[in-house]
Amino acid sequence: MGTAVIENSAAVKSAIQDLFDSYMDCLDDERFERWPQFFTENAVYKIVARENVERDLPLATWSCLSRGMMQDRVVAIRNACVFSARYMRHVAGVVRVTGEEDGTFIAGLSFSVFETPQDEASRIFLVGKYRAKIAMTDDGLRFQELLVIYDTSLIPGLLVFPV
Amino acid sequence: MTSAEKIEASRIPYTWPAEGVRRIPYWVYTDPGVYDLEQRRIFQGPTWNYAGLEAEIPSPGDFKSTFVGDCPIVIARSKDGTLHGFVNRCAHRGSAVCRSRYGNAKDFTCIYHQWRYDLAGNLLAVPFRRGVPDGDARVGGMPDDFQLSEHNLQALKVESVNGVIFASFDLTMVPVREYLGPLMTSYFERVFDGRPLRLLGRTSQRIRSNWKLMMENIKDPYHASLLHVFLVSFGLFRADQKSKVEMDESGGHAVLVSRKGDQKQSAGTAEIANLKADYTLHDPSLLDRRKEFPDENTVVMQTIFPGLIVQQQTNTLALRQIVTRGPDQFDLIWDFFGYGDDDEQLASYRLKQANLMGPSGLVSIDDTEALEVCQKSFVEINDKSAFVELGGHGWENVNHMVTESAIRAMYRCYRDFMHI
Repeated sequence: MGTAVIENSAAVKSAIQDLFDSYMDCLDDERFERWPQFFTENAVYKIVARENVERDLPLATWSCLSRGMMQDRVVAIRNACVFSARYMRHVAGVVRVTGEEDGTFIAGLSFSVFETPQDEASRIFLVGKYRAKIAMTDDGLRFQELLVIYDTSLIPGLLVFPV
Repeated sequence: MTSAEKIEASRIPYTWPAEGVRRIPYWVYTDPGVYDLEQRRIFQGPTWNYAGLEAEIPSPGDFKSTFVGDCPIVIARSKDGTLHGFVNRCAHRGSAVCRSRYGNAKDFTCIYHQWRYDLAGNLLAVPFRRGVPDGDARVGGMPDDFQLSEHNLQALKVESVNGVIFASFDLTMVPVREYLGPLMTSYFERVFDGRPLRLLGRTSQRIRSNWKLMMENIKDPYHASLLHVFLVSFGLFRADQKSKVEMDESGGHAVLVSRKGDQKQSAGTAEIANLKADYTLHDPSLLDRRKEFPDENTVVMQTIFPGLIVQQQTNTLALRQIVTRGPDQFDLIWDFFGYGDDDEQLASYRLKQANLMGPSGLVSIDDTEALEVCQKSFVEINDKSAFVELGGHGWENVNHMVTESAIRAMYRCYRDFMHI
């Protein structure tokens, strides 16, 4: 994908919507090995409680400060962490592109994640919004920064898969 | 036995197994009557319960709402800087007088009928106390013998130990340090040494298990060496490392202490199937750390009865508060903190290592799973008991990890509180 494709705002929005759609699809299909590839090498990925954002507190529930840390999470999911089987399903709103900053697009959208544990009813797992800085690279659009800011006051059980 | 105690006791149609605390009957995890009794005898009894950090409410008028057991409470700082605690329940009709998690207020006014309380929970004013005028007379209002001072919010005893706020329903409670005893106080003051604290943030989860399983988990070094691939592979906590398990005299409070080892197989690790000697990280900066305490211990996990866990795993520090939500679930609130004088690098280590802990912790995910797996199977087995004999029958302090003595000690303390 070349820069020419995203010269007008409708094309930008559409390309970023595609990025988020395939990102969420990848996670719901548990293709976690591919997850870090949605990011640039030095990208930051954080899952943060909205309360901490509002109180200006730096803690993230989950933070990866490099693509290496994301790969380590994937290895942990596959080989280290102990958890029972579950399906996750992202249902998200429509992308809004709100600006450009240092060569990246600023974009965001609301999301919800449903969790379906084995032998149990589906439940709402997490609700919140994505706030992203997206860079155009030789490989196409990649997240330079992706913040997952969740409203949910109590995470039901454990959070093992990326959101 | 008073008649009230007889009624309470009759609600628990079970007897503790004859073996004593080497057995934990499963009904302590499932029975609603046991849960109710725990609220009254333990959480609302003579115990100290974590309520927050002074750093969260530094200024006059600052408050936070939280829970003791499952009872909503408020901690507020009055104009002269004193800390106060009270049950978040209007003396009139029982509604919550504080509906925010934190903030700053001049007073607390119940939304329902505008009863107004000061920051210490004292009732200041009641609308239409003298009724309304009707010609030359007044009609309605409170009876003549109504006294504001008889309708304050229920006060709690509050004490701060080096910036950590504790609350108790028992107004005659001994000071926190006395409650902890000298050994547990020394561990507590190892982390809370009087330096100003800084809240880094909070993360909360609801776990579908009985609250006691969480406390047991942090008193159980046996599982830590076996369940947690991440911990054992990187030598962060393992049975073959220099370690100890210590308790106070009551048995309610305990510490698990360990020193970091290498990532290798040894005679002591032969039985740890989960040790992956070839486990490497793409970004090993996750394990960057700095020695910051005077001793050589790299992990000190302290449990303070009934519902607080003080976590020091390398540089990640947290207070984990248990909020009970019935016999089969609880909320775990993780207050991650550092010190006011942390430099940028140390602050970044704390935040990065927080990846090990919390609802998505590379280590604590396993614990949540284990707790829920236990509770799920506690169905129709109230005549059966858990077997807790690792390391013998007693509850003594030991210099190794292959023991369940701190769990036995907790149940000795628990039975004393519960009279069961």
